[in-house]
Amino acid sequence: MRVPISWLKEYVDIPLPVQEVAERLTFAGLEVADIQTIGLPGSALPWDPERIVVGEVLEVRPHPDADRLVLATVEYGGGQPKTVVTGAPNLRVGDTGHKVAFALEGARHWDGTSPTPVSSVLKGRKVRGIYSDAMILSEKELGLSDDHIGVLLLDAMAPVGMPLATYMGDVVLDLEITPNMARCLSVLGVAREVAALTGGRVRYPQTRMQAGGESIEGRVAIAIADPTLCARYAATLIADVTIGPSPEWMRRRLRLAGIRPINNVVDVTNYVMLEWGQPLHAFDYDVLVRRAKGVPQITVRPAKTGELLTTLDGVVRPLAPERLLITDAAGPIAIAGVMGGAETEVTDATRAVLLEAANFHFVSIRKTTQALKLPSEASARFGRGVPPSAAAPAALRATELMRELGGGRIARGVADCYPAPQVPSVVVLTTDEVRRILGMDLSRAEIERILTALEFRCEPQGETGLCVTAPDHRLDIGTGVTGAADLIEEVARIHGYDRIPVTEMADRLPPQRDIVPLNLEEQTRDLLAVAGLQEVITYRLTTPQREAQLTPGNDSPAERAYVRVANPISADRVVMRQCLLPGLLEVMAHNARLRDRLWFFEIGPIYLPSGATKLPAEPRRLAIGMAGRLASASWRDPDPSRTDFFDLKGVVEALLRGLHLGAARFEPTTHPTFAPGRTARLIVEEHEVGFLGEVHPQVRAAFDLPPGPVCLAELDLEELLARVPLTHRVAPVPRFPPALQDIALVVDDGVTAADLTAVIRSAGGPLLADARLFDVYRGQQLPSGKKSLAFSLVFQAADRTLTDAEVEAEKRRIVEATARRLGAEPRA
Amino acid sequence: MTDIPQALTVLQAEALTALEATADEAALEQVRVRYLGRKGSLAAILRGLADLPPAERPAVGKLANEVKERLEAALAARREALQAAARAAALAAERVDVTLPGRPVPMGRLHPSTQVLRRICQIWGDMGFQIYRSRDIETEEMNFELLNIPAHHPARDMWDTFYTMVDGILLRTHTSPGQIRAMREFCPQPIRVILPGMCYRYEQITARSEIQFHQVEGLAVGRHVSMTDLKGTLISFAHRMFGAVRRVRFRASHFPFTEPSAEMDVECMLCEGAGCVVCKQTGWLEILGCGMVHPEVLRNGGYDPAVYSGFAFGMGPERITMLKHRIEDIRYFWTNDLRFLEQF
Repeated sequence: MRVPISWLKEYVDIPLPVQEVAERLTFAGLEVADIQTIGLPGSALPWDPERIVVGEVLEVRPHPDADRLVLATVEYGGGQPKTVVTGAPNLRVGDTGHKVAFALEGARHWDGTSPTPVSSVLKGRKVRGIYSDAMILSEKELGLSDDHIGVLLLDAMAPVGMPLATYMGDVVLDLEITPNMARCLSVLGVAREVAALTGGRVRYPQTRMQAGGESIEGRVAIAIADPTLCARYAATLIADVTIGPSPEWMRRRLRLAGIRPINNVVDVTNYVMLEWGQPLHAFDYDVLVRRAKGVPQITVRPAKTGELLTTLDGVVRPLAPERLLITDAAGPIAIAGVMGGAETEVTDATRAVLLEAANFHFVSIRKTTQALKLPSEASARFGRGVPPSAAAPAALRATELMRELGGGRIARGVADCYPAPQVPSVVVLTTDEVRRILGMDLSRAEIERILTALEFRCEPQGETGLCVTAPDHRLDIGTGVTGAADLIEEVARIHGYDRIPVTEMADRLPPQRDIVPLNLEEQTRDLLAVAGLQEVITYRLTTPQREAQLTPGNDSPAERAYVRVANPISADRVVMRQCLLPGLLEVMAHNARLRDRLWFFEIGPIYLPSGATKLPAEPRRLAIGMAGRLASASWRDPDPSRTDFFDLKGVVEALLRGLHLGAARFEPTTHPTFAPGRTARLIVEEHEVGFLGEVHPQVRAAFDLPPGPVCLAELDLEELLARVPLTHRVAPVPRFPPALQDIALVVDDGVTAADLTAVIRSAGGPLLADARLFDVYRGQQLPSGKKSLAFSLVFQAADRTLTDAEVEAEKRRIVEATARRLGAEPRA
Repeated sequence: MTDIPQALTVLQAEALTALEATADEAALEQVRVRYLGRKGSLAAILRGLADLPPAERPAVGKLANEVKERLEAALAARREALQAAARAAALAAERVDVTLPGRPVPMGRLHPSTQVLRRICQIWGDMGFQIYRSRDIETEEMNFELLNIPAHHPARDMWDTFYTMVDGILLRTHTSPGQIRAMREFCPQPIRVILPGMCYRYEQITARSEIQFHQVEGLAVGRHVSMTDLKGTLISFAHRMFGAVRRVRFRASHFPFTEPSAEMDVECMLCEGAGCVVCKQTGWLEILGCGMVHPEVLRNGGYDPAVYSGFAFGMGPERITMLKHRIEDIRYFWTNDLRFLEQF
């Protein structure tokens, strides 16, 4: 909502600088998003008060040497009138008396012909042989609009010689209106706020019509089909009106408020809408009479199937049955509150106007506006709620303005169909309730002062209470506890939030709970970051196609049920993800061009539609993606090794260790995403918690990743963390030295490291503290089909240093067990 | 007859010169053997001692001992000097160019959103607000209706919503539905919770707007929770999050689920309130929205609004990160470019 200060001042005194008023409004919840200054100091190009003044055109003569130019003699209040050359089409030979914006030599103004804003200084020069050192300015040259077709013509009352900045310099407040402040979609609404915040009073405009015509009774009939959709329909009638341009002051105000002037009748409907917040519509009464072949019968009703209306933008619109219409006996004449019909609109030929001031339910208007994609100033107001009480004063005000600007005779009275008049909200508010919510004491007198300033009516009730009646323009005040909260907000914001004291919470501390899975999730993040992985967060909206790229050969991704967005913003964000890996692979591909080490992880939910309930399951997953070199190349190591499966496994193992998950194992498996033979599933406490492996080359290519191993893991975080022990035992640090023994065992190629390690551990007994595999050898020194696995064995007793003989016996037992169970032989 | 004292003096002078001339420990050992060894010059001279008359022996013997001690001391000093020189030479030879870059340490890091979320949750945790995690995909009822935003209400315009193909199910537009879930879970206990989570808006992805972003919602409910508490608690938070010297102000605002509602501004940390591009010359940054929980919302959560009251607030961790670090493009957060992530 754009509010020119000059307009606002008509209804309320502004005793403070504009900046300060803007600040008070903002703090009270009416946010001033922007302050635009026009012509005054502070604007992009202030009008020089010495050199840009109101002038009067005394005479317009032809230019002796140019057909398209004229010579205008202008009185400007300083010495001799000046004669200037102009090509403005709205100054014609013979014209006299026009008031104009007149610029003298040295004045800075906008260049009228430049497509971009460029300012220039007026200098005297010859135009087609005639010297001219002054200029009549267009709107564009003043910075008022882009209009440079003619010069700006001021109202006849404009005082000659007055600096133009004094006459029409202005400041426009651009207000952000929150839904609860819909009443401030009007200059009067804003004036009420200013009055309450500055201790002023609102001066309401005159709402009496000078009705010189016959009564409206019998000249129009009004019926409302459903009063819940249309609470009121009021109409006035003015005959013998002359359609023409509005006066400059009204056009200027409309323009500053962001509305294009059209003609006096239409401009008045817009002007009064901006003034009162009540949208109005003007019909050509004679057209209505012609259509009705008699007295027009206006009926407000929902559309009937198959009805059409050509709206005033020339579009033929089919009308769905939920559209609320203004109709007459011949059919629709307007879409209620949204747009009028073309046939009945006011034209230059209109002689009589039927003015509609109605009230439509906001839900109906919003649905229609959205369905037809027809936002307008009227629907913006109706869609947020307009009080039915505003219809009558707005109708009276507008009709009288039409008479003042266009002449004619107003029919006496208002045809007003108002089946269920508005009932004001009444709320009992006590000082105790104010203290309970605000936490501070405000006296009943202070509360009453604030509410009265906002035009609420207050009656004392009991010792500490007030019975508060909301003014008609307040649709946002509820009843009961809610109504009290509504009033407390009014009291708080006018009193000032900055004057509310500050306290520490004194209320009882709620029972404190620890959320174990959440703590473990954060611990998982820390462990992975410590392991050298970068955390990423990716889009949770994706496409089935993206996820299908993980399973090459499966061409029917659509079969999978997804949580699908009904109104996607783009084709690549249409469903909620069911896997973290595609996002991670995209991050890796993006960064592959930038860095040689690509170690990432993401933790977050996936979304699985569940048949039983409407809401999907949102289980949390952990994904790890690793590729590239182990470190950035440097002068110390110009060629670091490449990440492979065992780097990924090392990270997963470190995580398991960090979470104290003991009973975990990795089993070879196959999975469409991974390369066969390089895939494992992770089993923790006999539960499968996920897969890890090197990505299948086809998948790698699908995600545009460079050659080289790409390692991925996706784990079910909830399955994993559910198995984390609440606590774990810490073993004592041995006091006696360990005995170290290395052994190398030759086994068949098919024997896995896990098989051999298991036999060693079980044969080792309590003295074997650790068995770490440190070498794998296949080659010429061994028969084919054989491999050697070397282990570093640590023997340890808690109470003594082991003797060589004890260690030797342990080692022998291990070697024998491996020979017996796996056919292993010690390597010579 | 040999003059033993003179021979000792000559030997001492010779030996000292020879020690002085040694360049390393091997040469030093040769000199020691030559003069002080069992078959060395000093021993040879001392063998002549027996030929002296007994009366002369003590004086000459004393002199011989003095020479020996002097030479041994000089030898030790020389050894020390040579060792020090050798150490110095070795260290000099091992000198490196300390301006060469260090070996790169492959660091892992948390995403900036995680970092700021943790910081926010930690501060609130210290004030007794515990994390409550709520779901991303919500019912329209939880996301709107129960928060005092009826269907077709003008307040709905405040949120551009992604709906799903299932009627009445949407991607939450804010973390506020978690308020209802927390209230229904904990009623009639008092509540202090903080609700971090991802939210979704139907928006074009631009430098200024994203389809997903985090929010942290906070909720306190009890029998004695008032607007002065709201101010005090949020000011404490702001002082810890943005610095104890920052000024904080509250402006009236509107959210359907709180009343009275407010916006909290914090003095701009980039210009210290002087006015800059980030704060649009106002000196203030809009940090969070807050207010007293609306009676309808309390009622929907199971609390009697005539007895209980509460406050709620919500903030955007990405927005806070952007303001703090002067980040001008919100898209960086989900692009995960390492050149961005490595700066945190």
